This record gives sequence, C-alpha cells and structure tokens, in this order.
Amino acid sequence: MSKVRVLVGTKKGAFILTSDGKRRQWEVAGPYFTGWEIYHLKGSPADANRIYASQTSGWFGQVIQRSNDGGKSWEVPGGAPPPTPQGWPQGQSNKFVYDTSAETGKPLTTHQFYDGTQHPWEFKRVWHLEPSLTDPDAVYAGIEDAALFRSTDGGTTWKELAGLRGHGTGPKWQPGAGGMCLHTILLDPGNPKRIYIAISAAGAFRSDDGGKSWKPINRGLRSQYIPDPTAEVGHCVHHIAMHPSRPNTLFMQKHWDVMRSDDAGENWREISGNLPTDFGFVIDVHAHEPETIYVVPIKSDSEHFVHEGKLRVYRSRSGGNEWEALTQGLPQKDCYVNVLRDAMAVDQLDQCGVYFGTSGGQVYASADAGDTWAAIVRDLPPVLSIETQTLP
Amino acid sequence: MIRVALPQHLRTLAHVGAEVELEVAGAITQRSVLDALEARYPMLRGTIRDHVTLQRRAFLRFFACGEDLSHQSPEAPLPAAVASGQEPFLVIGAIAGG
Repeated sequence: MSKVRVLVGTKKGAFILTSDGKRRQWEVAGPYFTGWEIYHLKGSPADANRIYASQTSGWFGQVIQRSNDGGKSWEVPGGAPPPTPQGWPQGQSNKFVYDTSAETGKPLTTHQFYDGTQHPWEFKRVWHLEPSLTDPDAVYAGIEDAALFRSTDGGTTWKELAGLRGHGTGPKWQPGAGGMCLHTILLDPGNPKRIYIAISAAGAFRSDDGGKSWKPINRGLRSQYIPDPTAEVGHCVHHIAMHPSRPNTLFMQKHWDVMRSDDAGENWREISGNLPTDFGFVIDVHAHEPETIYVVPIKSDSEHFVHEGKLRVYRSRSGGNEWEALTQGLPQKDCYVNVLRDAMAVDQLDQCGVYFGTSGGQVYASADAGDTWAAIVRDLPPVLSIETQTLP
Repeated sequence: MIRVALPQHLRTLAHVGAEVELEVAGAITQRSVLDALEARYPMLRGTIRDHVTLQRRAFLRFFACGEDLSHQSPEAPLPAAVASGQEPFLVIGAIAGG
C-alpha cells in the first residue's frame, strides 16, 4: 500500500506527517530544527530518502540540512568534524557567495533598492530548494537577495548560476514586501536544459541551456503598481506551477491576477475569471489532470487573509476562468488565515491528494482532489511551506 | 584549554553541551578562538560570523569576565582568565524581539 509523506516547514521548525494511501490517519513527527525558520524542505524525486531542508535564523543565519533516511535523521552536509583541523572541504554548505568572477562576463553587484538607489546584493536566506529530477546529489537553491545557486555534491558546496543576475535586467529588480527572493524553481522533465524561475519583484525567467543564460518571460503580465504596467521586469510573481506532462503550460499566481501560458512563458493571459479576488500566493496543478488547478484567494495585498472570513480553495477543471469554491471541511466563518506561496502541494496517488498549510498553523488535506477536507494538524507554528512525497 | 560557551541553538547544531574546550595555538584572540571552534565544528561556520568578511553576525555578542567584547578588535588578546581556561568565552544570542 502506498504511503504519503508531507513535509512541513514552519516559522519554528519542521514537521513530517505520514499516512497510508487512505490518508485518514496521520502520524506527526517533529518538530525538527526547533526554534528555526524552515523556509522549505523537499525530497529528491530520484531518491525518496534524500530530503533537503533550508534552516534559517535572524541570529545564526543560514544552515542547510540533509537527510538520507527519509527525515528520521539529519546532517549538515560537509559539517561533520574532519579527521584533522586541516581537512577540506568543510562547513561550506551554508556558504552562498555571489559570483562576481570575470567568467560571468558581467560581474553585477547592485540591484534597485526601495528608495530607487542601487544596492549591493546581500545574501539573506534560502527560500526554496529544488532537487534534481535525476540525481539525488544535485539540487538548486533560490535565495534572497534573488539569485539561483546549484550544488552537485549533495548540498556540501554551492555555486551561483550567475547568468541570471547578469543577463541585463538585474539592476531593475527590486524587493517586494517580503524581500527580493527567488522562490520558484521548475525543472522541465522533458528537457533537462530548461529551467523556469520566479522572483519577487522581478518576474519570471527561463533558461534553455541549463542555467547559463536567461531571459525574462513576462509578456502579457499587467501590474498597475509599477510605473509601466507591462514592463519587461518588475512584476511581483508569487508562484508558478507546471504539470510534468505539459511543461510548456505554466500557471501563475501573480500579486494580483491568476495567469496562464501555453508557450513556455512567452505569452501570458489572465484566467482569474470568477474568482472572488485574484490576489493570492499559492497555485498548484492536479497530479493527473493537467487542466485542473487550485488557488486560495486572499482578500488583498494589504489584507493578507482569506476573503469574507471563509477558507476556500478554488478549483478550475478547465485550466482557468471557471472556478468552483471547495469548502467542505474548511472553516466558513471567522477565519482570517493566509496561505503562503510554497504552502500547497499535491500527492501522486490515483485519487489525487491536495495539501495546504496556513499562517494559523493548520495543515489541511484532501484525499479526493479537493472535494472534502480535514485538518491533519491544527496548532503548528505558522506554515511556510508544504511538499509531499508519494512512497511505494 | 580554552572554554567556549555556545547558545542553545548552536549547541544543538554542533551536537555539544553548554561548553566546548578547544586547543588554541598562539595568541588567544576572538579570531583564533573562533577559527579553532569552526575547525573543530565545521557546521558552525557562517552561523557566528560571515563566511567571507568574518564579521560577527548582528544579533550575536561576545562576552567574557563580565564584559561585552563584541566591539573589540578580533585580533585583540582576550582576558587572561579566558586564555588560562579559568573563564569561558561566551557566544550570546542577543535579546531581539519584544
């Protein structure tokens, strides 16, 4: 019988929730890394026992954690005491140093700050870890201030894919309210050279050569909060989702507006349709139905809670525009939680499971593609991220 | 032996107790003590001071012998009581919040 593992990152630690394929009874393990912000943890598609976690703290900075046994135990890659003090490499798994070498061609050192001045890039934290689809030791990291790093040694050392910051629009990027973060990384399962990423507040970008060179893919986005609403960059993209069987079709939750592209991001069109509000953070795609997508509308950019005090997931079975509210099992009065950009995921079971976590510490699960919901846990710290693993 | 007291979260990260003891060669300074600490416990690199600039992280402080040494030069000799192992060198997480 299949199992599901739900990896939960919260503001004060990580939790791992497990269940059999029925998804009625859940075991809750954790907290791991107690007291630290766990922005993201994600398992390798190539080895379910390999899980990476981003552990951060205002006091102690960034730590990368790695598990080789499905989350039972954790280690800092390269962090074990060396046989001699002169041993090397050691303790570099949290060393994210921007590439300013000549080989990048454009050693770029500034971006636009809140006051319009140019500001140096400063590493703050890892927002998102995206393991390779084929190699458990290869993993990408999306960081704040926005840049993309890659490790090919299991997270022990990191190197920036500097062509992203260096491609030309970098000086125009600027931080959103949550910081200037690279929060979305999508790997095309049919084309190992193609990578999509998204940055707040810069927009979406694509590489077709394995991360060496990049181009903005924001045509069709319209953002009234920037001087030129259709600018090449500057859009506050909150999240992008893709179904692996259709890697040219992308679904985007922008600051405002839910968008869709069917040509690998070259052109976007709005699919907000009948949503009660098209502000939000999460968006995800059904595991087996590429035209079935999910969002959680949030009231507005200054009121980061669900609309009308009702926690409603909206599902479209037509790839957007026509949306239905999914409410069964979710609170429908006096609810004022938020659902952050990386806090929704689906499992791969025949009857697709959908999961999301809230700022109130609830993790909700649906074992029937969203028709009905139940809380797995209700009182965790605020949830930052949700990922799943479907196990044999 | 130099004694270094770590805040709880760094003890957990390094799998150590409240204090660690370190052999430090040469002059006993903030820098030499932290170099020795990071060599023995590599997972602490980057958590107390920046990897590249070696600057102390903003919300950490260094105390010893009842004094705040956070703003002293990393090359300045630490108090004799620290150098002799009589007193620990304290890495403290600042009270930050409300």
